Amino acid sequence: MAKVKVKKQSTFIDMTAMSDVTVLLLTFFMLTSTFVKNEPVQVTTPASVSDFTIPETEVMTILVNEKGKIFLSLEESQANIVETLKRVGEDYGVTFSPQQYDVFKNLKSFGVPIGSMVQFLDLPKDARDSYLREGENTRVGIPDSDEALSDVRGVVSAGKNEFKHWVMHARAVNSDLRIAIKADKLTAYPIIKKIMDDLRELKENRYLLITTLKTASSE
Amino acid sequence: MSEIQVKEEGGGKNKQKKQQLRVDFTPMVDMNMLLITFFMFCTTLLTPKTMNITMPTKDDTLTDEEKTKFKESMAITILLGANDEVYYYTGMIAEDRSSYADPDFLKQSSYDADGLRKYLLERNNEMYAVIQDLKTKKEKQQITEAQYNLQTGELQKKAIQDTKAPQIMIKPTDLSTYKNTVDALDEMLVCNIGSYTLSEINQGDTYLLYMKTGNTEYLSEEQKLELNKAK
Repeated sequence: MAKVKVKKQSTFIDMTAMSDVTVLLLTFFMLTSTFVKNEPVQVTTPASVSDFTIPETEVMTILVNEKGKIFLSLEESQANIVETLKRVGEDYGVTFSPQQYDVFKNLKSFGVPIGSMVQFLDLPKDARDSYLREGENTRVGIPDSDEALSDVRGVVSAGKNEFKHWVMHARAVNSDLRIAIKADKLTAYPIIKKIMDDLRELKENRYLLITTLKTASSE
Repeated sequence: MSEIQVKEEGGGKNKQKKQQLRVDFTPMVDMNMLLITFFMFCTTLLTPKTMNITMPTKDDTLTDEEKTKFKESMAITILLGANDEVYYYTGMIAEDRSSYADPDFLKQSSYDADGLRKYLLERNNEMYAVIQDLKTKKEKQQITEAQYNLQTGELQKKAIQDTKAPQIMIKPTDLSTYKNTVDALDEMLVCNIGSYTLSEINQGDTYLLYMKTGNTEYLSEEQKLELNKAK
């Protein structure tokens, strides 16, 4: 019997084309996407046909989740952010140490009653994130009511609508600051009405409602 | 593809040597795939957009003259109800309360293309065409953004004076969601409506909704008490 000759075949696969494709995809993703912001609450914004892009600086975003908890994020110079905190603190008789100011100016977003702010700023970074994620806690979210709020651990908020004070001082520090409302699409209207009423009382009548672009498929 | 043939030519006597240079791209592909996965997980493709709204000032010191007057024939009131329902009526609620009993006064509609939008386009068809024309001009860059804003502003002002364009009041009820409000404002943008406000619902409107749907949740606390008394 003749010997069966085993043919030796090279298994080298040319990856150049594959590499081309992946590089293209990578470029696409890098150019079109934006990084997910680390926000304390995940909100799904409603879709709209409006196609104005939001300004990247000089914006104060009011983040509202489904249950009406309010968080704020300030996108402006650090000096202004510190000044805002200082003024709000003065209103409520709270003073902060330089370290606490340092922590505050690097915060992406915040949302605790001013009474808990000192305690909050003293927490390590990871603990702060998880603190804000405790959505049910009364010590999370900026109180927007004139009524005093308290829980088992004592007084949470002395009333006087802290949300209004934040907006008032942020606008006083930087008059170019624009106000954007980013609310979950399932938020009940009375919650939004309360926020808009508060803003209107401060004579802030122009705001940006953050939405996502409506595509043909979502219609 | 990734082979480079290197020809080496030595002296005349030497045989031509053929060498193949193959670069293995597999690790490169691996790395790219990893990077792509990273970008897919850590980024969003949806860039947030915004909708600009201007609310009327909450000021009781305004005189009647300063307040925007709505012409009755051109006024449309949109009521945003529970469970993504939407209702509208034209004009005002009649003072003799006949509107409450009239089942055709308050009409139910929807956020679909053949609901509210169809009706609004019908009412606003003249202005819609004119503004759409300007919009396409702006897209083709025949006019600038500033010119567009100026021209549409003037046109809309004139149309309201000539009672050609509808003036719309959007009144969300306490049972509606934020999405409903944005959807309703969206319809205004789609239909090129120049004059619209987001305003607070009043007792007449809530009663109208109650009469239409039979849902007592629409009523204000005061009205609920009255209703219970009447029973």
